[in-house]
Amino acid sequence: MGFQLSEEQQMFRSAVRALAEKELKPRAREIDESAEFPVDLIPKMAEMGLLSMAIPEECDGADVGAISIAIAIEEIGRVCGSTGLSVAAHTSLGCFPLARWGTPEQKGRWLPLLGSGASMGALCLTEPGAGSDLRGVKARGVRDRGDWVISGTKAWITNASLAKVLVVYLQTDPEAGKRGYSMLLVETDRPGVTIHPKEKKMGVRGSPTHQVSFDDVRVPAENLLGEEGRGLQQTLETLDGGRIGIGALAVGIAQGALEEAVTYARERTAFGRPVADFQAIQWMLADAETEIEAARLLVRRAAWLKEHGQRFTREAAMAKLYASEMAERVTRNAIQILGSYGYSSEYPVERMYRDARLMTIGEGTSEVQRLVIARQVLKRY
Amino acid sequence: MHIAICAKQTPSTTAVLAVEDGKVTWSDPGGSPDIANPWDEYAIEEAIRLKEKHGGKVTAISMGPEEAREALKTAIAMGCDEAVLVSDEAMKGSDTLATSYVLAKAIEKLGDVDLVIFGRQAVDGDTGQTSMQVARRLGWTPLSFVVAVDEVDAEGGTVTVTRAIEAGRQKVKGPLPAALSVLKEINEPRYPSFKGIRQATKYMRRSLPIWATADLEADSSKIGAAGSRVRWLQVYALPPKEGECTMIEADSPEAAAAELVDKLLEEKVL
Ligand SMILES: Cc1cc2nc3c(=O)[nH]c(=O)nc-3n(C[C@H](O)[C@H](O)[C@H](O)COP(=O)(O)OP(=O)(O)OC[C@H]3O[C@@H](n4cnc5c(N)ncnc54)[C@H](O)[C@@H]3O)c2cc1C
Ligand SMILES: Cc1cc2nc3c(=O)[nH]c(=O)nc-3n(C[C@H](O)[C@H](O)[C@H](O)COP(=O)(O)OP(=O)(O)OC[C@H]3O[C@@H](n4cnc5c(N)ncnc54)[C@H](O)[C@@H]3O)c2cc1C
Repeated sequence: MGFQLSEEQQMFRSAVRALAEKELKPRAREIDESAEFPVDLIPKMAEMGLLSMAIPEECDGADVGAISIAIAIEEIGRVCGSTGLSVAAHTSLGCFPLARWGTPEQKGRWLPLLGSGASMGALCLTEPGAGSDLRGVKARGVRDRGDWVISGTKAWITNASLAKVLVVYLQTDPEAGKRGYSMLLVETDRPGVTIHPKEKKMGVRGSPTHQVSFDDVRVPAENLLGEEGRGLQQTLETLDGGRIGIGALAVGIAQGALEEAVTYARERTAFGRPVADFQAIQWMLADAETEIEAARLLVRRAAWLKEHGQRFTREAAMAKLYASEMAERVTRNAIQILGSYGYSSEYPVERMYRDARLMTIGEGTSEVQRLVIARQVLKRY
Repeated sequence: MHIAICAKQTPSTTAVLAVEDGKVTWSDPGGSPDIANPWDEYAIEEAIRLKEKHGGKVTAISMGPEEAREALKTAIAMGCDEAVLVSDEAMKGSDTLATSYVLAKAIEKLGDVDLVIFGRQAVDGDTGQTSMQVARRLGWTPLSFVVAVDEVDAEGGTVTVTRAIEAGRQKVKGPLPAALSVLKEINEPRYPSFKGIRQATKYMRRSLPIWATADLEADSSKIGAAGSRVRWLQVYALPPKEGECTMIEADSPEAAAAELVDKLLEEKVL
């Protein structure tokens, strides 16, 4: 049993923190207010390896492993939830399926572009009419003379406007039940692909989210990612990994909020003493510290299992569920500790609260996580 | 071209220092308590850029205890090719005079170095002397406070740099080999990449050479406390800053300002 990060992981953490503190923290407010992703930082992040964390070394990736991915996303989330979400989606939803199921040609063509940030990764699952219910998607892929023809609309797609290629989850055989879904790669410059304007959101506003429509988009047969009919299983496996990322992001946001709250509580005085002296405030800080640590351990354990090639569906769902609900409480209390200033956009905690709010929804709602966990519990005992 | 850089491990800039019985200790709840001296990252970056432009290799040198490897780890992670730790019990208690002797010996041992680059100063010792002392010991061109390396002509054996001086900037050209100390203006150090970090941890575990006094063929009377001219007579923590806040209540801003001026005069601040 070991709870120590390796020397390599510790050093990676320091390096990511240095970048986050210097490049992202000073801009996090502007990124939120302008709702613009900091595209000028993409080359710097890429050079460090932050955009190739899930790309194998033979494709010029950093291939850092699930634990280091969690560490990096936590560190970015600690200062900027928007950038954290886009990097998490890029890594777990964009790069991962390509690295996992891509043919050598697909990997050779796309992974270097993703690793350099020339294309941000994006996965299209959700539709205007179906989110949690993956089998309820209406978008179709139909074979036609050796090509695929795609029609339908996807919604809430992170990074779509920064992507050159989308991983698209489609129904490809309505008769085949669970085996009737597939993943196809769709280049965003194909005729018939429309990336709609950015959604206006409550939080993670700097992470671009778009509706994408496919109007009889024709792609060649070699754009099939993985196996025909295995799209649902591939998606579930992808989401397992993605949930570790969202859990890590939630931990980072909560950590950032706690640090802000502590600094403020020490400086702010009321009734002649720092508010940090009041037990009511201390209890909130103690709970936050404890819950953040618990969430971090759940996240790291799920990551450890993934890195060691073991099953982690249950652990990833637990990490995501607990971390996201924890982050909502911790950011809520951070606002409470800062009082009126906490409610003001002059201070970062209200942004963190808005950012944290997504975590219980994206990549599977809390309800869906409970469903996944309950299924495992009922199987287990 | 063979470029060397000298880098020191120092406490992190956010470390909390404590002094007890003349002994200094530190910790950093936010991360690693020890780091590469921040100034030295500029030296490392400049060396790597020169290598990228002119070819050759970069070797990082650090003197310190066996476990003081942060500076070298950072150097390799950023892109230096090789690293050497110079370490020996006998080197304990070195002042800059003794440190510069040891570093000069190490550079001589490397043999074919054309250029050695230093940070401006170490954030702990803070003397800013070591670089120029090394230049003097080696008899190399000393170029301090460099803000730009304008040209390196390895064939012709010259280096042209811009130095910051009080009155402005000075462009100077001198023969190689040369010793440079660099200011933060010179560049923006890159972040260590994950691949670099992986390489660095491997290098530290498997390949890091450690040179002792005997390896340097150094004169033991010139190293460590024996070779030092400075003694630490007393080490103590600064007394904590105390202050109090007084709110000036007055009928108008003008009256408040007048009262403030009176108080400042009274306290001899003005
Ligand atoms: C900022 C942002 C970024 C996103 N990025 C992406 C992306 O990159 N790619 C992508 O494909 N999607 C993305 N999404 C979509 C996200 O994954 C979905 O919103 C999420 O899966 C929930 O789906 P839904 O919104 O359709 O809600 P629905 O599935 O319609 O659910 C509505 C409510 O019903 C509950 N519910 C549904 N089914 C059950 C059940 N069986 N038992 C109990 N309760 C249930 C849900 O928990 C929820 O409370 C993003 C969303 C946001 C807000
Ligand atoms: C009495 C006394 C005892 C001391 N005992 C010790 C001791 O036991 N262990 C110890 O580590 N220090 C010790 N020091 C501190 C040590 O002498 C100085 O840190 C060292 O000489 C460098 O001086 P500086 O820190 O002022 O560096 P500066 O001269 O400000 O540094 C300028 C540049 O020189 C280079 N440089 C400086 N030091 C090193 C180094 N060690 N290796 C590689 N490059 C370097 C870096 O590029 C740096 O940016 C002692 C000092 C005194 C006075």
